[in-house]
Amino acid sequence: MRHKLRFYFGNELHELDSCAPTLTLLDWLRLEMAKTGTKEGCAEGDCGACTIVVGRLEAGRLTYRALNACILFLPTLDGCQILSVEHLKAGRTLHPVQQALVDFHGSQCGFCTPGIVMSLFALWLNQSNPDIGRIEDVLAGNLCRCTGYRPIIDAAMSLRANPDRDLDPWLRDHADMQSKLLALADDETLSLQSAEGRFLSPATLPDLARLVLQEPQAILVAGATDVGLWVTKGMQQPNVVIALNRVEALTQIHASAQETSFGAMVPLTKLRDVMGAMHPQIDELLRRFGSEQVRNSGTIGGNIANGSPIGDLPPVLIAMNARVVLQRGETERSLPLEAFFLDYKKQDRQQGEFVTRIIVPGLAPQSLFHVSKITKRMDEDISAVCGAFWLELRDGRVLAARLAFGGMAAVPKRAAKAEAALVGEIWSHAAAQAAAHALDLDFSPLDDWRASAAYRRQVAANLLKRLAFETLQPEIQSRTIALGVAHA
Amino acid sequence: MHEKRKPTRDSKIYGGAGAPIQHDSAHKHVAGEAIYIDDMPEPQGTLHVYFGLSQRAHARVLRLDLSAITQAPGVVGVLTSADITGSNDISPVGLGDEPLFATDEVMFHGQPLFAVVAKTRHAARRACALARVEYADLPAKLDVAAARAAGGETVVEPLRLVRGDATRALKEAPHRVQASMKIGGQDHFYLEGHIALAIPGEDQDVTVYSSTQHPSEVQHMVAHVLGIESHSVTVEVRRMGGGFGGKETQSNLFAAICALAARKYGVAVKCRPDRDDDMIMTGKRHDFVVDYEVGFDEQGRIQGVHFVFAARCGYSADLSGPVTDRALFHCDNAYFYPDVRAVSQPLRTHSVSNTAFRGFGGPQGMVAAERLIEEIAFALQKDPLEIRKANFYGTDSRNVTPYHQSISDNILPELVGQLEKSADYGTRRTAIRAFNAANPIIKRGIALTPVKFGISFTATWYNQGGALVHIYTDGSIQVNHGGTEMGQGLYQKVAQVVATTFEVDIDQIRITPTNTGKVPNTSATAASSGTDINAFAAHNAAMKLKNRLSEFAARMWNVEPHEIVFSGGQISAGAQTIGFAALVKAAYMARIQLSATGFYKTPNIHWDRAAGKGHPFYYFAYGAAMAEVVVDTLTGEYKVERVDILHDVGRSINPAIDRGQVEGGFIQGMGWLTTEELWWDDKGRLRTHAPSTYKIPVASDLPRIFNVELVEGSENREATILKSKAVGEPPLMLGMSVLHALSDAIASVGDYQICPRLDPPATPEAVLAAIERLRK
Repeated sequence: MRHKLRFYFGNELHELDSCAPTLTLLDWLRLEMAKTGTKEGCAEGDCGACTIVVGRLEAGRLTYRALNACILFLPTLDGCQILSVEHLKAGRTLHPVQQALVDFHGSQCGFCTPGIVMSLFALWLNQSNPDIGRIEDVLAGNLCRCTGYRPIIDAAMSLRANPDRDLDPWLRDHADMQSKLLALADDETLSLQSAEGRFLSPATLPDLARLVLQEPQAILVAGATDVGLWVTKGMQQPNVVIALNRVEALTQIHASAQETSFGAMVPLTKLRDVMGAMHPQIDELLRRFGSEQVRNSGTIGGNIANGSPIGDLPPVLIAMNARVVLQRGETERSLPLEAFFLDYKKQDRQQGEFVTRIIVPGLAPQSLFHVSKITKRMDEDISAVCGAFWLELRDGRVLAARLAFGGMAAVPKRAAKAEAALVGEIWSHAAAQAAAHALDLDFSPLDDWRASAAYRRQVAANLLKRLAFETLQPEIQSRTIALGVAHA
Repeated sequence: MHEKRKPTRDSKIYGGAGAPIQHDSAHKHVAGEAIYIDDMPEPQGTLHVYFGLSQRAHARVLRLDLSAITQAPGVVGVLTSADITGSNDISPVGLGDEPLFATDEVMFHGQPLFAVVAKTRHAARRACALARVEYADLPAKLDVAAARAAGGETVVEPLRLVRGDATRALKEAPHRVQASMKIGGQDHFYLEGHIALAIPGEDQDVTVYSSTQHPSEVQHMVAHVLGIESHSVTVEVRRMGGGFGGKETQSNLFAAICALAARKYGVAVKCRPDRDDDMIMTGKRHDFVVDYEVGFDEQGRIQGVHFVFAARCGYSADLSGPVTDRALFHCDNAYFYPDVRAVSQPLRTHSVSNTAFRGFGGPQGMVAAERLIEEIAFALQKDPLEIRKANFYGTDSRNVTPYHQSISDNILPELVGQLEKSADYGTRRTAIRAFNAANPIIKRGIALTPVKFGISFTATWYNQGGALVHIYTDGSIQVNHGGTEMGQGLYQKVAQVVATTFEVDIDQIRITPTNTGKVPNTSATAASSGTDINAFAAHNAAMKLKNRLSEFAARMWNVEPHEIVFSGGQISAGAQTIGFAALVKAAYMARIQLSATGFYKTPNIHWDRAAGKGHPFYYFAYGAAMAEVVVDTLTGEYKVERVDILHDVGRSINPAIDRGQVEGGFIQGMGWLTTEELWWDDKGRLRTHAPSTYKIPVASDLPRIFNVELVEGSENREATILKSKAVGEPPLMLGMSVLHALSDAIASVGDYQICPRLDPPATPEAVLAAIERLRK
């Protein structure tokens, strides 16, 4: 047991004996450190004004990621390096990322600017020659209300293949900081006590399993992209928090010929690298999942264990017939993911139990696969409807079908009647149409601010039409953005 | 500095008028060194105040029990209407219909009922939830339809604009269309939310740091609520993290509560609502229902128009009078209506009181005008651009507006012609028709829409600006003016004007925070007027000093004042030369006053609201945009692929800053008309109250091809400051091109026979709904 939170702020080691379990990094920066360059725009991880860069060890290697400080709990940064906008200037000289934004008139009111600087700084550290699509993606989580983004994108484009990148002090000192963080890494459970509550951060799976059993009231925190809002918006003050992010075993990815196993704490950014390669439409879904900052924080396990009816991963994973593995004490059990979701925000998870892995079968070559995410705004938006379809065909006939939807019911759910309408039929526009009609029997979706029930129903049906066009008439353009065809 | 330090516009100085230099705070912005109010070091003992809000749209308050709050950790006290030492009223227009705290009756969901003062913001915010309030619900009019059904009570007298005989013209017209459209509202979504910090001083004094576009009004409101005189209140604004109209009157609430608490507890008090509460509590762009009828001839020329503009104003008037007036002033957009009758219905509803937002009602008027054009085009099966051109205002004839002002500066026919050619409208439109014929699912659309926007506050007295210029003995110049900086680059543009006036490098000039103690009785930085009035006032102050220095130099050198030349930081007459700083020092020694105030009032404007006649606008700003979109007819999803813009800013004081306004305005207007949807539930609760649910454009919404040009060689025909034109609001309406391009793509589904009547916001859902209507 260790009772000291340790991290680097810039190159400065900080050791704290006490810390509220849900103290956000943003509050620590602004209220305790008087570092006010990082701004609060929304306190829910959606506007990016609070973007900072965190360096942490991923498989032993120091990796820098942009994150939202407003919903990030400081004690979860044990063993990390935190960089805020104040770290970028060298004396009076602006960092090249900052200078480019000045040169291109990339700020007007300036309030979003530090966050944009940090998003582009993270990109600068990770990639020397990003294309415009990548630049748009890393900026999708940074709202700017003044400029219309043109000068910001131009500034980012101007930084590509910049020879000064090799001189960047953070890249130059990378090995040094990596060894400093390696020196901090240990297998001890971090335990912090404060007036506000207790924070527990185990480093091994057995320690985690034991703590979860011991602390039945504890809130488990993965990436905190949702739990953060319980605190900043719901004003909850959880008494005990168990953070999962130091448990190395939960970050593993194992691939075999038949299936891939993802540790629950695999961040969405990493998930995209692996699952995106399985199918271009999965890649596109994960490109549009939250924002870069959210994908860097959020995890596959968190997206599932959270049980949101509109989480974007469950429909895909259900369509792919994924299984979820849960652990309680030393006992493991696994169940099909679709059986995990019982009702609105209610899952088949016992007290003391937690998600350890998600096992995803590969896509067989004879199957058809399709994913669509429908949102009000194309990027950085929560689905109105998310549909993921898997059809197994033989000689043009549907042998089996798995049609999974998010946003259509209280839980992510398969469309049993629509599937039944397909099985045994020749795959055709008519079959798709029949299945689309059957959807009305499967779902009575919600009317809310993301979409009306009528729209959800119609779009869900039309996604089956889209699948038919993609697979039967791939020569016809069926998306506004060119994506890979539906064949796996 | 990136920009080369080179002279511009016949001058030898750096950073003078016309130079595309950076925003004055650019370096500080990117370094995180620009100080917003929440970044200021808090005075010792600073307390935090947080509002408790009504949970009903319309109800009597039976009981307000705050006892649990006072027991909560960190809480210092609670404030209700009983604590107000002056008036429980912050109506910016003096109607007394906007209490700081609701008392017996709440009028919208989110209305302040009480406030909690605590040692930390978290403690104050958390404690608000402990209030026990008992309500007795009353019938709530939540939207335009409900307000009309309940009798149509208005918050101010409606405006009528009448020219000619619209009824007769409509009756006699060969073609007529009558319909109705809805236009959605818009949240400002300034990145920095509302905030104020009040510091009590001696006697009654209080200094308030407020994120406001209207420091003088905050000063007056604070004095009004505290029951003290304005001379005891000082309001300072260095910068806002965005305003867009949302901080013209809405800041009063937060400033007043801080000042009230600061006086009561004798320490500094800060108020910063959470984003969700900010969006719930503060007014937005008005949503409208527009009933229209248009009569036209075979060529598509409009003959008669009848409009009713019904707006959801919310529970109080706020600025709804002038906002709905401006909707009527712009119901012509760029088009001549021979006979017209336009009427406003500023409806009282049980919703947040809607307020100023970039364009101030004008955009809604213009969207309605463009709908008329579209109706005519479909009715006659003509290209909408052809209809637009057929109806443009003339220069000598067909040039009188519905408010009887003649237009003499119309450059739209040439401007639109130029854009049509440079962006290749005809060829691309033909190619799009061919594409759509060949593609069953994905459809493309294109549209070119014009903008004409009237410049001046229609409240004529607001069209005045003030400035204060000091020259110190080292030759450095300090400028203060009544305008506020919200990102639009006003400070820099004013500094550039002053640099040009004195012919010194801009580095020599410092603009200080806007402060009611330095320049009094200022107008809101609004109506695009910031540069027009404040830069001119600063120029006038600088001219006073320049004349004094000229006279002094003339005496010194024994020449006539008109022989004195200011150029490149030097002052000379013939062969005699002296540096600016040296001359200033010598003038000081000779006891020449080196400080001056400046004043400016916009000439040639007047307005008689009762008669609906006058000359409310000094001049007009013009622009046009062409957009091309691609639409998925299965889902309603779309993407804006290319936009070309040509906009007129007159003779630009800073082309880089002006271009930033044009681009940012366009994207904000596009957001309003596409993905920005405000959604209230049937209890009157706003459910899109955060960026997770309210979707403003992101980086990828910027069209990949985005060609933006300022009209070359343009000059304002009026004697504005250095012949420039206002640029704050007009570009927002360039976003209409996207709405109409979407409509064009949708129309392809009905083989271009039926007007899609796509009402904004054109969310993917609205687009799909329009497509489905056309399919039936």
